[in-house]
Amino acid sequence: MGLAKRIIPCLDVDNGRVVKGVQFVDIRDAGDPIEVAKRYDQQGADEITFLDITATHHNRDTMEHVVQAVASQVFIPLTVGGGIRTVEDIRRMLNAGADKVGINSAAVSNPDFVREAADRFGSQCIVVAIDAKCVSAEGEAKRWEIFTHGGRKETGLDAIEWAKKMVELGAGELLLTSMDRDGTKSGFDLELTRAVSDAVAVPVIASGGVGKLQDLTDGINIGKADAVLAASIFHFGEHTVQEAKQQMAEQGIEVRL
Amino acid sequence: MHRVAVIDYGMGNLRSVAKALETVAPKAHIEVTADPERILSADHVVFPGQGAIGACRAELNRLELTDVIHTVSAEKPFLGICIGMQLLLSHSDENGGVDGLDLFPGNVKHFNLTSSQDTEHLKVPHMGWNQVHQTIKHPLWNDIEQDSRFYFVHSYFVSPKNESAIAATTDYPETFTSAIQKENVFAVQFHPEKSHHAGLKLLENFLNWDGQS
Repeated sequence: MGLAKRIIPCLDVDNGRVVKGVQFVDIRDAGDPIEVAKRYDQQGADEITFLDITATHHNRDTMEHVVQAVASQVFIPLTVGGGIRTVEDIRRMLNAGADKVGINSAAVSNPDFVREAADRFGSQCIVVAIDAKCVSAEGEAKRWEIFTHGGRKETGLDAIEWAKKMVELGAGELLLTSMDRDGTKSGFDLELTRAVSDAVAVPVIASGGVGKLQDLTDGINIGKADAVLAASIFHFGEHTVQEAKQQMAEQGIEVRL
Repeated sequence: MHRVAVIDYGMGNLRSVAKALETVAPKAHIEVTADPERILSADHVVFPGQGAIGACRAELNRLELTDVIHTVSAEKPFLGICIGMQLLLSHSDENGGVDGLDLFPGNVKHFNLTSSQDTEHLKVPHMGWNQVHQTIKHPLWNDIEQDSRFYFVHSYFVSPKNESAIAATTDYPETFTSAIQKENVFAVQFHPEKSHHAGLKLLENFLNWDGQS
């Protein structure tokens, strides 16, 4: 017995509501973030992640209130991502009750920000979010590159090299999203997950593409992820976190039941 | 009124600790403070901490809290959490070597240096829910099931010289000390404030504890 693999429901928050779109379009409303977070907490979620999907000034204030409200009632780790660009942004979210912050675009535009953040607040609260897309042609060895702005902007950075660099700079955890799979419900990009997990010594959270419970199990058993993140599979009542954990346990994965 | 001081030395998410304490003891006065007088006069003292131990130690010195911690840890129920536990040992290997408060003889070591088996997939930090095996009976374990899971996030662990100080162990993959105690002091490597029911129960047990074991 030992460390459990984690299930992390992700709440995309826009204007104080949980939303979920398919590849960033066709946004559906999925409820009040505080209610949703409490429900996942009761179902046995190991952590909860909030993603500010628009990251406007107004939305950031709203997010701060959401985190405050959730942190006073839910006693599991909370991560907040989206629009985290300065040390002051991090301080605000940690003071509101977040345990970790996710840094995405700001790490690409200024990698030293990751170092600054880790030095200031400790690696344990710095999650670097990596959005990767497969760029190799068919028949070629698989290669992935980093994309920003919700998958619209390419950077030319190799995903595996980037992951290693982020860990060197102080990332305590990586949130790895396959932009090819996000919202498709066709499962994680297991090759990508495995490649990143093997390349770094910090925990890797697999994200993007979960459509059924088996996808979560595969992310851990085949992709070697330390945690799996999913949104829509839980939001619309298809499955509970508890069901997901039971299935994982049946397939030999250690979980917190 | 029952007063609880959470020592504030600018390190980590103290709001979570305070919120969790407020939840289990709605009638108590929970105070997040760096004021020596408030800490010295509290009924219970919580010593949390997150981040790099070197920076934590420097802040304790700057705020002149070292003597305060020595005093309160000798006389009232005192709970160390995470770095607040590691700082109670003699020495830590982190940040090129940092001297602790020496309440517990022993060292704080990095996972990488000691784990021999399964290193290929040993992820550091040790992050997530792991089992805590209670090695002694103690008022802080009241009504907490043996081998309950608590939330951990750390890259260093304590290795106390005296085995009698050990209150719990955890495997990652080798066995390390996840809780220590002596007299009125109890300290844990995990985060009870982030450990759901079991964590809240431990905090409740602490606030009900008179410091006698």
